[in-house]
Amino acid sequence: MKQVLEGSHAVAEAVRLARTQVISAYPITPQTHIVERLSEYCADSTLAAKFLRVESEHSALAALIGAASCGVRTFTATSSQGLALMHELLHWASGARLPIVMANVNRAMAPGWNIWADQTDSLAQRDTGWLQLYCEHSQEVFDTTIQAFRLAEWLNLPVMVILDAFFLSHTYEPVDVPRQNSVDRFLPSYQPRFKLDIEYPCAFNQLAPPNIYMEMRHNIQAAMDEALIFFDQVEDEFEDIIGRRYGPVEAVQCEDAEIILITSGTVTSTSRQVLTELRDKGEKAGLLKIKLFRPFPTKAIREHTASAKKIAVIDRNFSFGASGIFAQEIRAALCNHPGHPPVFGYVAGLGGRDVTTAVVEEIYWLTKGNDMPQPESIWVGLHEVDHAIGQS
Amino acid sequence: MQLDSPDREYMCPGHVGCPGCGAAIAMRFVLKALGEKTIMIIPACCWSIIAGPYPQSTLKIPVLHMAFETGGAVASGVRAAQDVKGDSETTVVTWAGDGGTFDIGFQALSGAVERNENFIYFCYDNEAYMNTGVQRSSSTPYGAWTTTTPGQQWKRLRKKNIVEALVAHRITYAATASIAYPEDLIRKVTKAKSLTGARFIHIFSSCPTGWGLPSEMSVKIARMAVQTNIFPLYEVEEGLRYTINLTPKGYLVNEYFRLQGRFKHLSETDLTHIQEMVDEDWNLLLRKAGSVPEIF
Ligand SMILES: Cc1ncc(C[n+]2csc(CCOP(=O)(O)OP(=O)(O)O)c2C)c(N)n1
Ligand code: SF4
Ligand SMILES: [Mg+2]
Repeated sequence: MKQVLEGSHAVAEAVRLARTQVISAYPITPQTHIVERLSEYCADSTLAAKFLRVESEHSALAALIGAASCGVRTFTATSSQGLALMHELLHWASGARLPIVMANVNRAMAPGWNIWADQTDSLAQRDTGWLQLYCEHSQEVFDTTIQAFRLAEWLNLPVMVILDAFFLSHTYEPVDVPRQNSVDRFLPSYQPRFKLDIEYPCAFNQLAPPNIYMEMRHNIQAAMDEALIFFDQVEDEFEDIIGRRYGPVEAVQCEDAEIILITSGTVTSTSRQVLTELRDKGEKAGLLKIKLFRPFPTKAIREHTASAKKIAVIDRNFSFGASGIFAQEIRAALCNHPGHPPVFGYVAGLGGRDVTTAVVEEIYWLTKGNDMPQPESIWVGLHEVDHAIGQS
Repeated sequence: MQLDSPDREYMCPGHVGCPGCGAAIAMRFVLKALGEKTIMIIPACCWSIIAGPYPQSTLKIPVLHMAFETGGAVASGVRAAQDVKGDSETTVVTWAGDGGTFDIGFQALSGAVERNENFIYFCYDNEAYMNTGVQRSSSTPYGAWTTTTPGQQWKRLRKKNIVEALVAHRITYAATASIAYPEDLIRKVTKAKSLTGARFIHIFSSCPTGWGLPSEMSVKIARMAVQTNIFPLYEVEEGLRYTINLTPKGYLVNEYFRLQGRFKHLSETDLTHIQEMVDEDWNLLLRKAGSVPEIF
């Protein structure tokens, strides 16, 4: 059934239909609408879950690690500072092989205080062993959240569903919400492979000396490798039952493209419009949206960019002392691939600054006008400032 | 001894604690009282090591080893999951050191107690961060040497009173206990187990390694802590009703201090000052235990 839903409520609706059993969260703008809606569902018994109203994000994830270790389906949501506070336990959740699902609303890191869209919060957590899925619109947010539980429970790895602050979390869009029985068919009740059990007492997460620790880490990577394959399988099943699929990446007119724009999140929608306009002008442009960031879809990216002359990556995030993070990852994915196109890196839209069609167009023309990329990222749309520190 | 199954052991031989480790003694008694329908959360502390490395475990109950500061929160999640599964029988307990309780884990503990989560939190108190090599904690007593309060910089601050902090939360049940008084300890665990809501048991657990104490003195020193009023045995119900469980002989503190390497630098004047502080705290406790029954 079509409903007009805010991105945040699309998450909550999916968590409800997934029959989540334990939820724990701490409020932070712009994640609040997700947890408020879920609190209402729990209060009026629309959802038979326990909602733990803990005293911090750190405790929210700690509580879920406890709950998931008992073999129940768990969910939390956070953003920015809250995600950073969870950092230690992000590693813990994946190391303990727990299928926790989290929605992270991409928001800028302080200081200065900024509640608007920026991907640096989640990308700074790329090494924590969570799958990361970046969404473009509310329907995708809804579908991905449902799929996240399947992925997590199959792989025994935690999954982060990621949506842009406000552009997605607070924007209303029509969303097709499937019936409960369709969701149940796609996502049966969780059957844990292991759990804390008084009938079969075991110790979890104990001291792991050098003779075993490395194998445990290797197993996580094996699950990540499997995730690349299993992702397609999950999408096949989802498509069969619910009728939609997205792909780990989505290539739009890439086959004959000379310049391919690479995007993620809501910048993709803006770029789709620019692409249409560029094609109308006879430009051989293409667009590659990256949805799956961990595990990184290296093979798909290599294939879709194989015949392009240039790649332009738009990053709404930044790694200080290096470059935009998607650009970094794409360079790493391509570097051992013979004859790959040069990668131009652009930084735009940090801290919620609008990435307009004009910005995307500018990026296209800058790429077209230069033969080779400069090593540093190009910051698009910077204002002149006369009070910067260290720039005498 | 008031034990359901006094012969049952839930701790196997072969743990890797130091000889005379009070924390190991404490665990053994507590598990006898808790029984097998128990899930235990152990945040980082000496017990992360004592329990043994993968794939062994010295404990015959399910154990979830966790990050240092998470004791209160993880127990909340385990309880929630067991409840969702319809299991209200299993006792969920956290087993943490003083560092994980008084310091880094205090926020999560306070949160769990404020929410009146249905679990028992055990703090075995060896008065420093022993796992990492005897650094001071807010439980380290006035006068103590630790590796971060060395030489002339010995700790000149009072030990935090954790029980009173939790009593201020109106916690369902809070009690102190000691490895030197196992009957009292087991009775308190059994009582805590019979209640619902947040419960806290603070166990004085000597640490020969960190205190500069011969290992055979472990239990004796714990008894002296009680008999000198340094660590009185008492319990508080609903954050209101105080009961002092044992009237100590009220020995002077000197001998307790003189037996431990961690206090060897203290002068007579220091010990006089410490005696005053101990007397003050004891009188405060007496007043609380004495005045309350008239009101309620
Ligand atoms: C976040 C974090 N900081 C520091 C540590 C290192 N660490 C592990 S155990 C410990 C001290 C534990 O002290 P306590 O809780 O008193 O238990 P004890 O070792 O004395 O039994 C410390 C500092 C850690 N594991 N995690
Ligand atoms: S250092 Fe102290 S608390 Fe830790 S195992 Fe040794 S005796 Fe026990
Ligand atoms: Mg300690």
